[in-house]
Amino acid sequence: MRAFARLLDDLSFTASRNAKLRLVRDFLAEQPDPDRGWALAALTGSLSFSAAKPAAIRKAVEARMDPVLFGWSYDYVGDLAETVALVWPARPGANREPDLAEVVEALRTATRGQVQPMIEGWLDALDADGRWALLKLLTGGLRVGVSSRLAKQACADLGGVAAPEVEEVWHALTPPYGDLFAWLEGRSARPSADTPGRFRSVMLAQALDEAVDFARLSPDDYLAEWKWDGIRIQAVSERGERRLYTRTGDDISHTFPDVLEAMTFEGALDGELLVMRDGVVGAFGDLQQRLNRKTVDAKLLKAFPAGIRAYDLLLDGEEDLRGLPFTERRKRLESFVSAAKSHRIDLSPLQPFETWEQLATLRAAPPEGDPRIAEGLMLKRRDSLYEAGRPKGPWFKWKRDPHLVDAVLMYAQRGHGRRSSFYSDFTFGVWREDAAGDRSLTPVGKAYFGFTDEELKQLDKFVRDNTVERFGPVRSVKANRDFGLVLEVAFEGLQRSTRHKSGVAMRFPRISRIRWDKPSRDADELATLERMLETP
Amino acid sequence: MVKLESLLCPTPAGLYCPPGDFYIDPVRPVPRAVITHGHSDHARAGHGDVAATPQTLDIMACRYGDDFATRRVALAWGETLSRDGVDISLAPAGHVLGSAQAVIRWKGVTAVVSGDYKRRRDPTCQRFEPVPCDLFVTEATFGLPVFRHPDAADEVARLLRSVERFPERTHLVGAYALGKAQRVIALLREAGWDRTIHVHGALLALNALYGRHGVDLGPIAPAGDAAGKLPGEIVLCPPSALADRWSRRFADPVSAFCSGWMRVRARARQRGVELPLVISDHADWDELTKTLAELSPGEVWITHGREEALLRWCELRGQPARALALVGYEDDAE
Ligand SMILES: [Zn+2]
Ligand SMILES: [Zn+2]
Repeated sequence: MRAFARLLDDLSFTASRNAKLRLVRDFLAEQPDPDRGWALAALTGSLSFSAAKPAAIRKAVEARMDPVLFGWSYDYVGDLAETVALVWPARPGANREPDLAEVVEALRTATRGQVQPMIEGWLDALDADGRWALLKLLTGGLRVGVSSRLAKQACADLGGVAAPEVEEVWHALTPPYGDLFAWLEGRSARPSADTPGRFRSVMLAQALDEAVDFARLSPDDYLAEWKWDGIRIQAVSERGERRLYTRTGDDISHTFPDVLEAMTFEGALDGELLVMRDGVVGAFGDLQQRLNRKTVDAKLLKAFPAGIRAYDLLLDGEEDLRGLPFTERRKRLESFVSAAKSHRIDLSPLQPFETWEQLATLRAAPPEGDPRIAEGLMLKRRDSLYEAGRPKGPWFKWKRDPHLVDAVLMYAQRGHGRRSSFYSDFTFGVWREDAAGDRSLTPVGKAYFGFTDEELKQLDKFVRDNTVERFGPVRSVKANRDFGLVLEVAFEGLQRSTRHKSGVAMRFPRISRIRWDKPSRDADELATLERMLETP
Repeated sequence: MVKLESLLCPTPAGLYCPPGDFYIDPVRPVPRAVITHGHSDHARAGHGDVAATPQTLDIMACRYGDDFATRRVALAWGETLSRDGVDISLAPAGHVLGSAQAVIRWKGVTAVVSGDYKRRRDPTCQRFEPVPCDLFVTEATFGLPVFRHPDAADEVARLLRSVERFPERTHLVGAYALGKAQRVIALLREAGWDRTIHVHGALLALNALYGRHGVDLGPIAPAGDAAGKLPGEIVLCPPSALADRWSRRFADPVSAFCSGWMRVRARARQRGVELPLVISDHADWDELTKTLAELSPGEVWITHGREEALLRWCELRGQPARALALVGYEDDAE
């Protein structure tokens, strides 16, 4: 438990992906089975307990100390698990410190009545960090910034194999993953991936470099289709097992029962998960209503019906198609989709073109309908096999040019880790006119990348030289009609938002250029942004 | 028995002793002062007579120059100074080098003004000595049950583990320039770290002062003199330098911060610290309450910090106590 607590603690303060990878990898290398396996399950979200209710934990601590002092402590710390971990009166030598496996195994078998005294016994035996980790584990919210993808990458690093190799076998495995570690440490063969409904590693596209790629590629070799703005998924229905996976192999089946029900086929589809109403695609914001939900109710299913727009076919019946060229797979896909006969599954249509210029026109001015809210185009070489990973050459994504606005820098916040000496998170605003005709800046977004290291230095200097006020790690920056720094901000989409004062929320904003030359009064108006709002 | 208020009373300038006509840790210039320790919120320049331990006087001279007071009165441990019938002596407080509790005796009454203190072992200063008393004046910087400092040696072990894990990065350790920095260095030495420790210029004079008072800190070098970016090395600096442009000279630094405040994650996150180390020179909740229980004085006065929780604890135990709410003492940088 102590090592696991230490890992969670370190991870929670570490910002860099590389440092996190090293922490997880070292932990997996150093800890024994089955502790490390349970830890991995906790990190990847494959463990969940509803054993401990926060109210019961609070009651237990209040039975052991003055409730007034506890209340003040909770007010100060602001997080129940952390407060309890810190204030729990120590009983040194009360018990042996439990190890992680012991805790997990006990919780999996205990009855409701047995759980509470067990938890209190563990809290007595652990130190503050251990108590914190235990309570986070019990209340089901580790929130230490580790995606399951990162955890799988750490496993791959441990074994010196590529991440897709781990992803592919992942769904054949169950915690505490003894067979996975045995394989990664060279003690046994790779666990069998031949489990019905398993995930197959996804093929990804490179970003197209217009300047270089068009000159050397022939339009005759490629087929084009829209890159839809949902999430890339793999829908597998195999020998009675139906699963919906994200492109990194996370199982999201439980969130989309409507889609699962429509998967009456036998095979594995590669496609885009979208909200689809009678064949018309909804904006990404619609799909967001369905993502990351623990429970789905009928109302939500009705308001935001989901479906799959199919790109590719990996498995047709029992036949693996990944070794066939794209044109072959595409033919099979077309008949597969029409045989599926579901209004929730349709085909991503190919876009005929002869020259790159024609394709550029299509991308710049998509026809009426769904293509208007596509992210851009995909180019796939006719003879491309379905290869895991991001091979160079066969597939390209050619995103639409982002929306651009000129906004004025209003606030800056210190970054974390490597960037902690820099003001690197920038809040920017545009002009808004009130009823009296006065113009003032209203914040519309926050960006923390898009600039080079050199530009970051310049931005940091500008912030320090033009600070108006400080609030903790945040500084407000001089910004008015006559003075201010204009930032050209690129973003992918804009949605209405009631949570933002401006009424709009940007998707994926980043700083594309610093407009040292542009007077602040010439930055954009909120009205300009409102015209860009997505109309689903 | 005389009333305690006639022996000591809170004033805007600090705690005042009317029969002896002196202040303890005054925040404004006064004719006669007793100084518990060298931290700048307790030891200020510009007083007339200053009575303190030789170490504290030395620290004040180092920080403010030789003319920091009109006259210095050095009091060794156990030595007594009499002023108009009031006897003043100093007892170790365990906070930083030379830190003392002021023990004031008058007409059979004993009052102890503890200044800042801790009860744990610290290789760089004398350990706290409990003095039986009628009035105990305590701080309450960490006067909330959430503050339970772990063993400092374990925290230093965490730092060394991180150095081992990230050998290509510099470990930049923020520590208060007086006391904390030297304690961390001494703990690193005890943990077997015998490499040169690089320090920010602001720490050099105080490190040398500790050396003159017999605290061996091992090989120390100014970080500014280093040729490279010091990957794999430990660099100590004042907390303010952690997020300063100064920190950019090092190799992808891991920023560590030694403070009792690091016990609370939100506080650590607020500072953007990657490696929070819970090392404090103040008594934590358990030390505060243990001290009050052990001394069980007639009355407890609380000078500064989170007095409401400590008052509540006293109330629950039937220990008479009051909060003085003295201003001018800040231990945020602790
Ligand atoms: Zn102090
Ligand atoms: Zn203080």
